Amino acid sequence: MCLAIPAKVIKLDGERAEVEIGGIRKEASLALVADQGVGIGDYVLIHTGYAITKIDEVEAESILKTWRQVMAAEKGESL
Amino acid sequence: MLAQFRDRELVGRVASEIAEASRGKRLKIMHVCGTHEWTITHFGIRDMLPENVQIVAGPGCPVCVTPGNEIDAIAELSMMKGMAVTTFGDVLRVPGNRTSLSEAKANGGDVRVVYSIADSIRMAKEEKGKEVVHFSIGFETTAPMAAVEIIRGAPENFSIFSAHKLIPPAMDFLLRAGVNLDGFICPGHVSTIIGVRPYRGLAAKYRKPMVIAGFEPLDVVLGIRNIVRQVVAGTHLVGNEYKRAVRDGGNEIALQTLDKAFEVRDAYWRGVGKIPASGMLLRRKYRGFDAALKFGIEVGKEDRMPAGCSCGEVLKGMMAPEECPLFGRSCTPEHPIGPCMVSIEGTCAIVYKFRRKK
Ligand code: SF4
Repeated sequence: MCLAIPAKVIKLDGERAEVEIGGIRKEASLALVADQGVGIGDYVLIHTGYAITKIDEVEAESILKTWRQVMAAEKGESL
Repeated sequence: MLAQFRDRELVGRVASEIAEASRGKRLKIMHVCGTHEWTITHFGIRDMLPENVQIVAGPGCPVCVTPGNEIDAIAELSMMKGMAVTTFGDVLRVPGNRTSLSEAKANGGDVRVVYSIADSIRMAKEEKGKEVVHFSIGFETTAPMAAVEIIRGAPENFSIFSAHKLIPPAMDFLLRAGVNLDGFICPGHVSTIIGVRPYRGLAAKYRKPMVIAGFEPLDVVLGIRNIVRQVVAGTHLVGNEYKRAVRDGGNEIALQTLDKAFEVRDAYWRGVGKIPASGMLLRRKYRGFDAALKFGIEVGKEDRMPAGCSCGEVLKGMMAPEECPLFGRSCTPEHPIGPCMVSIEGTCAIVYKFRRKK
């Protein structure tokens, strides 16, 4: 449940952001990172629809891999 | 760069450094995060480490430690006319003392899985005739979302049942209770919110090293190496091996928001016991959104685990899942008996999944 997923900010509308998580677009709130200067193209960690911190791109990719493996394991696929 | 984080050889090299440094000592290190357990089990980190360094899982699964009577009460609430209960997916099949949310749903209860608390608020706005109760479970990572929405003003027909819990008081509780540990791997995403500070007092008080780690295999073994080196050197500092996502002061907006919305209260952790100042209660100003008050729901109390289930021992790092007589026999993810076999973060569920693949 504490899983947080990296996403790229695609669009900004105040504190509402459209983010891309592994090819899927989703809405996310930037309310909790309003002081971290998040802009379009930046990466954030998303937890239940809210960004919890800004991260750099390399980190984003590396977490995304782990996350995909968690999901694959959940479906019972072998990795 | 990414390959580097994963590189088995690199992880293996760190593991041999750990073996070297820990020679002649028996060490027991606890983590308190379901995602850490996932990394450790999936990548076989326990097998790579020397036998004298034992890594155990603590009470790091918020769903697993939610008292059975709270699950029963929320399940029963969902069966009442005009009520809708929202919650996250991994709560559904967790057995309470008498029932589960999925059983309630099968019997006509209005139980809805949401991705975000914002979804349940939207439902409350759209369905004015319903009372929407969000079963709000989670540690410091998840509670700020409930806090921010409530402070900003949710509709009157919306409320939360706060099962939110705090991790550092649980670490304190285990150390005070004398659980035999040499150090803690601190949870990465909880620490994104709370930062490094809350662990400093604990590390000093109990003279145990504590290291925040990320979720790559290399992150985890570097965290373990840091702890082992400290134990050998006799230091007890707080390390941050997850600087990429964890700032010293944590997420200040989230911390302020939490403090504004919630006060701390004692809370019962299923299978562990009552932990002082480890729960979160909405402040007086926001009590209108407190489902426990609104609908007279009793909050967690001393309750039992399902018969024969050893989750309590598993959650305290005193027993490995495989040592439970029910593990893999009558208790499987398809037919879970205890809460640790249900959630994606439950230690028994994680260990079971990867055992099957061997
Ligand atoms: S294997 Fe099942 S019964 Fe045994 S401790 Fe784990 S969840 Fe409880």
